[in-house]
Amino acid sequence: MNKDTSHINSLENEAIYIMREVAAQFEKPVLLFSGGKDSITLVRLAVKAFYPAKIPFPLMHIDTGHNFPETIEFRDRLVKELGLELIVRNVQDSIDQGKVKEETGRYSSRNQLQTTTLLDAIEEFKFDACIGGARRDEEKARAKERIFSVRDDFGQWDEKNQRPELFDMLNGNIELGQNVRVFPISNWTELDVWSYIEKENIEIPSIYFAHKRKVFLRDGMIWSAEDGVVYRDEHEEVIEELVRFRTVGDMSCTAAVLSDAVSISKVVQEIRESTISERGARIDDKRSEAAMEKRKQQGYF
Amino acid sequence: MEVLKIATAGSVDDGKSTLIGRILYDTKSLTTDKLEAIEKTSKQRGYDYLDFSLATDGLVAEREQGITIDVAHIYFSTAKKSYIIADTPGHVEYTRNMVTGASTSQASIILIDARKGVIEQTNRHFFINNLLRVKDIVVAINKMDLVDYSEETYNKIKADFEALMSKRDYQGQKITFIPVSALKGDNVVNKTDKMPWYEGQTLLEHLEEIDKADIFNIGTPRFPVQYVVRPKTEEFHDFRGYAGKVYGGNLSVGDDIVVLPSQTKSKIKDIYFYDEKYETASRRSSVTITLEDDINVSRGDMIVKDGDLPTIDKQFTANVCWMDSTQLTAGSKYIVQHGINKVLAKVDAIHHKIHPDYSGIDTEVSGIGVNDIASVTFKLNKPIFYDQFKNHRTNGSFILIDTQTNNTVGAGFIQ
Repeated sequence: MNKDTSHINSLENEAIYIMREVAAQFEKPVLLFSGGKDSITLVRLAVKAFYPAKIPFPLMHIDTGHNFPETIEFRDRLVKELGLELIVRNVQDSIDQGKVKEETGRYSSRNQLQTTTLLDAIEEFKFDACIGGARRDEEKARAKERIFSVRDDFGQWDEKNQRPELFDMLNGNIELGQNVRVFPISNWTELDVWSYIEKENIEIPSIYFAHKRKVFLRDGMIWSAEDGVVYRDEHEEVIEELVRFRTVGDMSCTAAVLSDAVSISKVVQEIRESTISERGARIDDKRSEAAMEKRKQQGYF
Repeated sequence: MEVLKIATAGSVDDGKSTLIGRILYDTKSLTTDKLEAIEKTSKQRGYDYLDFSLATDGLVAEREQGITIDVAHIYFSTAKKSYIIADTPGHVEYTRNMVTGASTSQASIILIDARKGVIEQTNRHFFINNLLRVKDIVVAINKMDLVDYSEETYNKIKADFEALMSKRDYQGQKITFIPVSALKGDNVVNKTDKMPWYEGQTLLEHLEEIDKADIFNIGTPRFPVQYVVRPKTEEFHDFRGYAGKVYGGNLSVGDDIVVLPSQTKSKIKDIYFYDEKYETASRRSSVTITLEDDINVSRGDMIVKDGDLPTIDKQFTANVCWMDSTQLTAGSKYIVQHGINKVLAKVDAIHHKIHPDYSGIDTEVSGIGVNDIASVTFKLNKPIFYDQFKNHRTNGSFILIDTQTNNTVGAGFIQ
C-alpha cells in the first residue's frame, strides 16, 4: 500500500487546531506526558501549533516508578532540548502517603494506582485542562470519548451525559473544580501515529525498536525479565528474544512482541501487516470486557 | 487520499452495528484478538453466528441492552481510502447524537429494515441529513435475507423513499440505493449472487468512489483568529502572528484583507506552517498569518478578503436543533459559540417548530424541547460575522451553551 500524506496532513491540521483551542480557552492547561510515542507526537504537534513561540503549558509525567529506563532518559533529554517545563508526580508518593495500596501477586500492576496520583496533581496545580494522547481506535470505550471531555471534581467521566461535539466547535466552558481532558489525536490510528513519526522524523525511545531482551512467557505473552519490575514465578523460565514494545506504559502491564523491526519504516510496515491490536499486549484491558470503561469512570486516562 | 467520514443512521434493530462489524470483518480490519473476543462472546450467548455488533458497541449498558446509545467512532482503511464511521444511535431520544455525527461527515448511510420499509424514523434520518446538507447518502436496505431477497420489496421501499426526496430543501444530494444483508454479508463488501436483479455496486465499492474533494470547499475564505502568537524572543522580537484555520477557500501572501470587527485593512505578509513559509494556505489548514501593518487583532476576530465580507450583525435567524432536557424558551439567554467566537445571546422569537418527518410546521410554540427543530431569531450582545449555512458550512453554523450548566444544549444553522 502506497498512501500519500494528505490524510496525515488533515489529521495534523485538526490536532494543531485543538492545541490552540486549549491554550486559548483554558487558564492552566497541562500536557500529560508518558514518554510513549503518542505523547511524543503530542509534543511535536504542540511545538508546531505555537511556533515560533514556545509551548505555552508545562508537561506532566505521572511516574509509576515502573518505567522503562530508556523512556525516562528520553523524557529528560526532550524537555531540555525544547526548553519545556516538566512536572513529575510519583505513584510511590501516593503509596507512601497511604492513599493507595500496592497490588500484589501474579498480575500486580501500578497502572490503576496512577489515577489517584493524577487527580491529586490536578488539584495541586489547579489544572483545568489535561491534554492526553488517547486515541479512539485503541479500545471500544475510548471510541465514544469526546475531544473535549469534561470531568467532575472526582475526575469522573459521565459517559452517558457527554457534550455533543459538532463541526469543529469545542466547548471548553466549565465550572470551578471541573477539568477537561483533551484528546487532540482522537481520530488517529496507531498506523497514523507511526506514519507521522516517520514523516516528521521524530525521535522515539529505543524500546520501540527491535532489541535483545531477557524475557519470560506467560499466557501467550512476552514479559520483560529485566529490572525485576514484573512479577515472575520461579518456574517461569527466562529466555533471550529479539523483541520490541508497541506501547510503553507501566512495565508491569506492557508485554513485548517478537519483532525484527529496527527502524521506523520497518515498524510502519510491521504494523500495516499486523493482525493483533495494539492493546492486545496490555494485560490491564484483559481483566474484563468492560475494563477500560470502568477505569475511565474512576478518572483514569 | 484523504479521510472519508461517514455517519450511519437507522432505527433500533436495523442492524447498524452489525453492518459496521461486517464491513470491518470483510475488509480484514478486525485484528485476531478482537475477532477472538467476538467469537468467544457470541458463543457464550449461544448464537450460531458471529455477533459483529460486539465490535462497536463499546459501553457496558449497550452490551447489556444490545443497543447503541452513544456515537462511537470506528476506523478502517482500504488500499484506496481511510474511513472514519460515526456509529450513531437510532432511538428518537438520541437524535442529538445523529446531528452530531452528521455534522462532521461527508457521507451518510441510512439503514432501512427491509421487513419494515420506510418508517417515521427514516423520515427523521433523511430530514437531518438534509438539514445538515450531507452531500452523499446511501440508503442501505438491510435484512434482504429475511424477505427472500425480493426485488419487489426493494422497489417498493425505494419508491417510498423517493417520495420523501421531493420534499427536501437541499436538492444537491446524491442518493444511492443498495440492497444488503449485513448478517450474511450480501452486497456489503462482496457482491452476492442472491440478488441477480441488482446490478449496482456493493456498499464498499460505492464508498470507495465517493469524491469528497469539494464537500467543505463551498464558500469563500474565512480565517477566525484562534490565538495570537507572540514569541517575545530575540530572534522573533516583533513577531505578531495570527494562528487559525482557513475555512472555505484559500488565502495567499499579498492578499488584500479586512480584519473584523474593526474593518481595518491590510495585506497578508507571510503564511507560516511551523518553520516553513507558504505562498498559499489552503482550506482547512492550520496556519499562522502575519500582516503588513501593525494593527490590533485578537482572538475571535476574523480575517477575510477585501470585498468579500460576511454579514456583520447583532442578530440572526436559524434552524435550531435542541439537545437538552430543559426547554428553550423566548427571552432566555444562552452563549452562542460561532466557530471559536463566544457571544451572549437572547432568544428574540421562536417562529415555528418544524416536524422532522416532513409532516409540516407548528406555528403556535411556547418552548422547544429535546430533539425539536425550530426556526429561532437570536439577538446578540455584540456582532458576529456569519454566512448563511447553505453558502458556508462552517461559518453558517453555531452551538448554544447553557450559561449555568455550561453544557452544549443546541446546534443551529443560520438562514
